[in-house]
Amino acid sequence: MNNSKLPPTSSGLFNSPQNRAIIFQVLSLVVVVLCIFYFVNNMFDNVAKRGITTGFSFLGETAGFGVSQALIPYDDTSSTFLDVFIVGLLNTMLVGVIGIVLASIIGLMVGIGRLSSNYLIAKLSLVYIETFRNIPILLQILFWYNVVLAALPSPRQSISYFDSVFINNRGLIMPDPIFESGSGFILVAFILACISVVFLAKWASKRHDLTGEEFPLIRVSLAIVVVAPLLVFFVTGQPISAEYPALKGFNFKGGITIIPELLALIFALSIYTATYIAEAVRAGIEAVPPGQKEAAKSLGLKEHVILRKVVLPQALRVIIPPVINQYLNLVKNSSLATAIGYPEIVTLFSGTTLNQVGQAIEIILMTMAVYLVFSIVISLLLNWVNAKMEIKGR
Amino acid sequence: MAVYTMKEAKPAPSTSKGLVFWLRENLFSTIPNTLLTLLGIYFIYTTIPPLLDWMIFDATWSGTKEEVVKEGARWIFIIEKFDQFMYGFYPEALHWRPNLVAIISIIFVFFIPRLSSIKIKFVSMLLYPVVCFILIRGGLGLEVVGTEKWGGLMLTILVAAVGIIASFPIGILLALGRQSDNMPIVKTLCVGFIEFIRGVPLITILFMASVVLPLFFSDGIEFDKLLRALIGITLFQAAYIAEVIRGGLQAIPKGQYEASESLGLSYWQGMILIILPQALKISIPNLVGSFISLFKDTTLVLIIGLFDILAMVTLTNSDTSWLGFEIEGYVFVTLIYWVFCFSMSQYSRVIERRYNTDH
Repeated sequence: MNNSKLPPTSSGLFNSPQNRAIIFQVLSLVVVVLCIFYFVNNMFDNVAKRGITTGFSFLGETAGFGVSQALIPYDDTSSTFLDVFIVGLLNTMLVGVIGIVLASIIGLMVGIGRLSSNYLIAKLSLVYIETFRNIPILLQILFWYNVVLAALPSPRQSISYFDSVFINNRGLIMPDPIFESGSGFILVAFILACISVVFLAKWASKRHDLTGEEFPLIRVSLAIVVVAPLLVFFVTGQPISAEYPALKGFNFKGGITIIPELLALIFALSIYTATYIAEAVRAGIEAVPPGQKEAAKSLGLKEHVILRKVVLPQALRVIIPPVINQYLNLVKNSSLATAIGYPEIVTLFSGTTLNQVGQAIEIILMTMAVYLVFSIVISLLLNWVNAKMEIKGR
Repeated sequence: MAVYTMKEAKPAPSTSKGLVFWLRENLFSTIPNTLLTLLGIYFIYTTIPPLLDWMIFDATWSGTKEEVVKEGARWIFIIEKFDQFMYGFYPEALHWRPNLVAIISIIFVFFIPRLSSIKIKFVSMLLYPVVCFILIRGGLGLEVVGTEKWGGLMLTILVAAVGIIASFPIGILLALGRQSDNMPIVKTLCVGFIEFIRGVPLITILFMASVVLPLFFSDGIEFDKLLRALIGITLFQAAYIAEVIRGGLQAIPKGQYEASESLGLSYWQGMILIILPQALKISIPNLVGSFISLFKDTTLVLIIGLFDILAMVTLTNSDTSWLGFEIEGYVFVTLIYWVFCFSMSQYSRVIERRYNTDH
């Protein structure tokens, strides 16, 4: 057959989808590049006009302001803006870790409570979820800080527990552990216990595969991890003591102080995020078909075995992705600490440092970069978990 | 002779039905369950009566603050400062203008879906924001009220409404861009924008909008503080809406796309007439969820110095003759937010059922 007699399939430049796609893409790219060029050009003009320096050399300069909570050695006279950045970053991570642990515990309990056969508990869990998830998180942070914690007594009238933990309007004061010589052995014992538990788990799972016999792994490993360091603690002559806080004048001396800003932030963040985690837990458990439970029951499995070996493994696959997203949200919401002045990355860097240095672009981009790194790490973790938990086809 | 008479059936034993049975089954079935129930009752007993006492029975509803003798909430503070909580510093004589806007908005939301003529729908949709803007800001013979005087609940609703309406078209475009596999450059730009915005907290975007945005334009262009916040919130919300709509687009079967192509529809015709109506419909619950988050997130504008309803708590308490009323302020604002968010979430369930055309 002679193809030349057929009319050309696409004559004009715009009639082929490929051509159109290319033209449209080139156009949009040109628009975006022009916009960026215009913005950057203006930016350099404005920055030059206002006499703002550019670049990251400010990071080496001395900061010269105090920080109410620092996890690394910090002092107002010699620490640089880079130190401020690291202090803020670590404080953000501190809030993130404590908040995630607390939110998970509360969320798990409320989520299971929501499905409880106990009518009262189920309804109370529902009320908890509907109350706290419909109130803005910033409002909750401000409420804890300005109303609840501000109403606490002064240091002299502190609420005390066992004369070692004190709560007052300066925060929560706890005994500070002191590690004397020999306490290293306890750490070594703890690490050895952990390693032995890993091997024990491998052996138990192998034995289970071969013989089908169950091994009380959780109880035995808990015992190993707790008993081994305790034994070493007493053998080496109790090398860990504590420095107890004591009232001196108008304030407490010694001990570890958790500042009220951190307390307010952690209360608000974990209570708020827990509502979302609870809903994820409930949805996950409800996603397991009831037939699975009935089948397990008809096999004669006990209630806790059904939960551990049948329901949870299937529910976790549904629960974990949204929960990890909530962890990321918690870390992002911790930036609201700037409203109550908790020294995390946004307060210290986009707030105080920006006011002192004035280099808005560099500082805000650095702050954003911190959160972007968190996001990327968490989404990589999520992908890894998803791949790990995927139902393996044969 | 004994005559057999049928006896009345005895009522079912209380162990298998009735209140006692219900209580035993739902609250006291096992020992741990009973303990949990008692714990729950104790919790309710220790929280609810004091809360009710504080909020209602021991509360002060009228009089001056010198006359307060009761221990409960002093709602006279809220009554005294009510206008500030609602309108901020908006001149009192002009309060009818935001009120009128509220009435127009309710009528608009209620009647627009019932209009049959597409033309009238379209024209009123274009007119609505213009009319509202002129009514609130002034101009055309009305006295001008600068944005620095806007505040309170009015500002909160305004920021949320503008954020929702303005972010919607941008979000749809971003979602379509992200789905366009034959245009890798456009797709990369959209993915980059969405993931960047979603990766950072709103507060950093608001800082960016309020501090860095003015540097991007040459000196002649001035940005209002409120406008800068609105730009930041709109961009932020657009990225989240884009992801919600993308979820809807992905749920549309491939056959629908192919069918619209085989009918000879162009890309935009197919999208507007066939794909988007279905995709938006299944996205409604998630869209409302995203609107609720936006409504809660509007509180963040107080950090860059706008006076929304939450900022009013601090502001009204800085009045030297009304010091120490934070609790009442926070509780009042909490109730307002809770009522708004809770009713929106209930409404989304209603819509979800109404638009559910599955058989």
